[in-house]
Amino acid sequence: MTSVRTPLLRAAVAFACAAAVSAPALASDLRIGVASEATSIDPHFHNLGPNNQVASQIFDRLINQGDRQQLQPGLAVSWKPIDNTTWEFKLREGVTFHDGSPFTADDVLCTFARAPEVPNSPASFSTYIKGKTFKKVDDFTVHVTTDEPYPTMANDLSVIPVISDEVGCGATTADFNDGKAAMGTGPFKFVEYVPGDRIVLAANEDYWGGRPEWDKVTIKPIKAGPSRVAALLAGDVDMISGVPTTDIGTLKETKGIVLSQGVSNRVIYLHVDQFREDSPFVKANGGGDIKNPLLDQKVRLAISKAISRELIRDRVMEGLSIPAGQLLPDGFFGVSDKLKPEAYDPEGAKALLAEAGVPDGFELTIHGPNDRYINDAKIVEGIAQMLTRVGIKTKVETMPRSVYFKRASTGGEGGLPEFSLILVGWGAGSGEASSPLRSLIATYDKEKGMGAANRGRHSDAKVDELVEQALKTVDDGKRAALLAEATERAMANLAIIPIHYQVNTWASREGIVYTPRSDEYTLAHYARSQ
Amino acid sequence: MTTPNTQPGATPPGGAALAAAMPAVPPVESPLRRFLTDFSASWLALLAALMLAVIILIALFAPWISPQDPYDLAVVSIFDARLPPGSTSMEGTTFWLGTDGAGRDLLSAIFYGLRISLSVGVMSGILAIIVGMSVGLAAAYAGGRTETLIMRVVDLQLSLPAVLIALILLAILGKGVDKIIIALVIAQWAYYARTVRASALVERRREYVEAAACLGLGHARIVFRHILPNCVAPLIVVGTVQTAHAIALEATLSFLGVGLPLTEPSLGLLISNGFEYMLSGKYWIAVFPGVALLLTIVSINIVGDQLRDVLNPRLQK
Amino acid sequence: MSVFILRRLMQSALVMVAMAAIVFFGMHLVGDPVDMFVSPDMDQADIEQVVRALGLDRPILEQFWAFVTSALQGDLGQSFVFGQPALGLILERMPATLELAFIALLMAIVFGIPLGLYAGLKPDSPVSRTIMAGSILGFSLPTFWVGIMLIMVFAVMLGWLPSTGRGETVDVLGVPVSFLTLDGLRHLILPAFNLALLKISLVIRLTRAGTREVMLQDYIKFARAKGLGRGRIVGVHVMKNILIPVVTVLGLEFGSLIAFSVVTETIFAWPGMGKLLIESIQQLDRPVIVAYLMMIVFLFVVINLVVDVLYSILDPRVRLGDRGA
Repeated sequence: MTSVRTPLLRAAVAFACAAAVSAPALASDLRIGVASEATSIDPHFHNLGPNNQVASQIFDRLINQGDRQQLQPGLAVSWKPIDNTTWEFKLREGVTFHDGSPFTADDVLCTFARAPEVPNSPASFSTYIKGKTFKKVDDFTVHVTTDEPYPTMANDLSVIPVISDEVGCGATTADFNDGKAAMGTGPFKFVEYVPGDRIVLAANEDYWGGRPEWDKVTIKPIKAGPSRVAALLAGDVDMISGVPTTDIGTLKETKGIVLSQGVSNRVIYLHVDQFREDSPFVKANGGGDIKNPLLDQKVRLAISKAISRELIRDRVMEGLSIPAGQLLPDGFFGVSDKLKPEAYDPEGAKALLAEAGVPDGFELTIHGPNDRYINDAKIVEGIAQMLTRVGIKTKVETMPRSVYFKRASTGGEGGLPEFSLILVGWGAGSGEASSPLRSLIATYDKEKGMGAANRGRHSDAKVDELVEQALKTVDDGKRAALLAEATERAMANLAIIPIHYQVNTWASREGIVYTPRSDEYTLAHYARSQ
Repeated sequence: MTTPNTQPGATPPGGAALAAAMPAVPPVESPLRRFLTDFSASWLALLAALMLAVIILIALFAPWISPQDPYDLAVVSIFDARLPPGSTSMEGTTFWLGTDGAGRDLLSAIFYGLRISLSVGVMSGILAIIVGMSVGLAAAYAGGRTETLIMRVVDLQLSLPAVLIALILLAILGKGVDKIIIALVIAQWAYYARTVRASALVERRREYVEAAACLGLGHARIVFRHILPNCVAPLIVVGTVQTAHAIALEATLSFLGVGLPLTEPSLGLLISNGFEYMLSGKYWIAVFPGVALLLTIVSINIVGDQLRDVLNPRLQK
Repeated sequence: MSVFILRRLMQSALVMVAMAAIVFFGMHLVGDPVDMFVSPDMDQADIEQVVRALGLDRPILEQFWAFVTSALQGDLGQSFVFGQPALGLILERMPATLELAFIALLMAIVFGIPLGLYAGLKPDSPVSRTIMAGSILGFSLPTFWVGIMLIMVFAVMLGWLPSTGRGETVDVLGVPVSFLTLDGLRHLILPAFNLALLKISLVIRLTRAGTREVMLQDYIKFARAKGLGRGRIVGVHVMKNILIPVVTVLGLEFGSLIAFSVVTETIFAWPGMGKLLIESIQQLDRPVIVAYLMMIVFLFVVINLVVDVLYSILDPRVRLGDRGA
């Protein structure tokens, strides 16, 4: 068997190019294999990546997000604060919905009324809408008021797809799924939705941003990574998202296949138990009890120094990650230009452990998901190896995300986080440092709605103050400075231990190039033929 | 047509079983010797038995013959990840079969993996057979309401996909060898129960059982000496299939992300990790554990086949 | 017989209730679906709102009671993920899975019985040995591994068949089927074979074992002595006797084909209910999981009933009814 399989695999790669070339689709058709399936065509049903991805092609937003989530004029041509608590949006004139009806302020108002109220929604857009009052000034001007100054207004409204007052606002989720109400102003029109199998879209000839290149777009969910790659190699699809890192080497060498790669807004990091004297998964050498050494900043720094982010990049991620020193990659709003990834320094780590009073290390279990982030389980294993080498004898436990997140958030005694050291990821949907600062690092506080995902329960009053201040500062320059300062302080304290930013990969047959998006979305109008 | 046919058909095996069971007729040679002679009639079966013996020895002595302890995170390094066969590590060890995605020496990982896969398969198989056989025999022998009740429970059990039972159980129990054995037993005992009950049902109505009952033999004796031996053949067929199935099921569970801890991989987990590398040209990560698993299962199955032919009283030539 | 069937159906209803309860409570021990659904930017108040909207803030017994009362009216609850009736979601995907399983079953019979018969009639011929070796390989290889190899060889290397998806369908009595279109048939071959492989091996083994046993029976010798043709002996006497175990096992296996299509459907991106189930488990879509299992139990009960009835027709020694009562 052995001798047969090896050449078989080699031959497969060689044949792949022939297959891809021999079965080309019409130049104006695009078939995309995506990793996860949209659960509905209703753009307001669930604020979820795969759904937003489909919605982005059929619907527009007031403000669209570019490839690096920069804000671009969408159905609004301009937006500005006119006083401390009011924002004014000027709408684009001459835009029509797919059925030919004109777009006006009424559509905007009904959209924001419907979005938080969709029945059975597992997670609505209400987060972005609550506390805002929408007022129509004229057909193409809308005012939005809030109680307090609200700097991230444009970011909030850049996530909500705008639907038609006439057909969309009174419609149910089912009406969207069977196409009756799936009417937007976006670059593609809805054609067909076969759950589990495909979504078919057609070009919107009258798109205000110019007619898209593809006449027909078919989106097929193919969950298993190798199957998705095989579908591309076999010529069954023209492009795939989420290329497994293991296959990138092969695809690079395959003629007729092009790769597009781009950094994501997702940081992979460690949350460290910083609130318990006796952390459940920390033990003294030999298994006895020990006062949680992770409370000591020096120990957290030692952990950070013990991890070789370069080794993880090279050996686990096949080069597809960027070592991280903070919460968002360079170039995003509110990041600090002073922070660099912690350098690998095992000797320094050992010295720090000695300084912290645990020269011989201790025992620890690191937990992580095994089906959530790129190579998550392998990263956890690599980190455990590295920690073991500096004396922190680390065990690994990984589990499906369905079990993992509950235990990581509320699985411990009294509904507290259960684990001591965990691997998690965070994608900043708004593209701003305020998003991770507010959810991951600010003190857990139900009343204020801060620290909702702070599973290490790091708490620093100074950081809280800076974040709260930033969230009320409308001036972009000042806000960015506040966010950067908060980030620097949190990183100095090792509130979290950043590992790397994910790099996402798309693969397509020759002749198609994809502009990578930092929000990981796969959008047909970001694919171009050459 | 069928009814008269079964009568002459039923007599010889009944007679044979009776003869075997009653010491009044002395056997020509010792049963063990006859068994060995019959078994070695096929060279393929002998080869498979030999292979199985080697595999079992490897599994037993894995910690002493492996070049590396693949579970020791102080030894394994991702720096050595995905090296092709024959490579040398930083410390100078040679990886004869290459390394996997976590930097484990594949040969050692396979030896240790064999240990886990075999113990999972065999332990769960034995436990499931014990549970299933008792339940199946009890049902067939008791009849009436007891039988109906038991068979409803079996139906209930069989109607749950084994993968799901295991999945839910493991999600609740957590990972570990003991847990996956429990899950596999719970997922599989019903197959044995149903098989045993089905054959016992037919056997129970045969003359030799009625004859034994007439002779005043006790329930236990009738069940274990007369009904049970006649259930062995189908039990072995199902048993071999199910042992293979248990190992494959464990691999599938690993494929789905539950089952065994990642740091202590079974063969199944090694293969399912290798699955990611299927298209990447790093053939060794998927192929070598696959070959080891294949050899193991094939040996078990060939041995099982031969055992069935040899043990089946109706096939004795 | 009708009393038997009626009684059996009543027992089955009990089984389904028991099942529903076990799965309902079992699933509630696992994870928290809300963690799966909430988007990162939500704060604690938003998350609590989701918990209330999904009804997960109520005590478990109350949730179960609500489930039972609406289940009695034919409503098995709303999917968390899709926001649609769980039963509807399953029924929508069921034809694809049933089609796949039927074709796989057909393959198991069409390939398995003749090969098994041959191997049983001529146990020592090289062809038989090859068949048996093949059958051992057939169930030794893990399904997911075979699946990806099939894709590799037939879709990627040879380019004969499509790698994934269901292809074109036509409606027959309102049910979409793909085996009537060429495109659909091409999409069907690989996943069906992948699913069938284990069953083909099983049928070969069962048929061979049965054939070998039957051929040694006296009535076959009598039949031969009577001068009956070989075709008639094999066709009538042998077939009739080996069909009993084969029918029983295949009946049982049909349920497992449907249940185990989860792996095949995941690899081949086949839009069936197995794929729905595995995705529902991963996302903790409890209503869909419970509804799926009730559906499977129902199907299985029906299959078992059919098997038992067939069994009694094929083997008059087995009578239906409460034995020994």
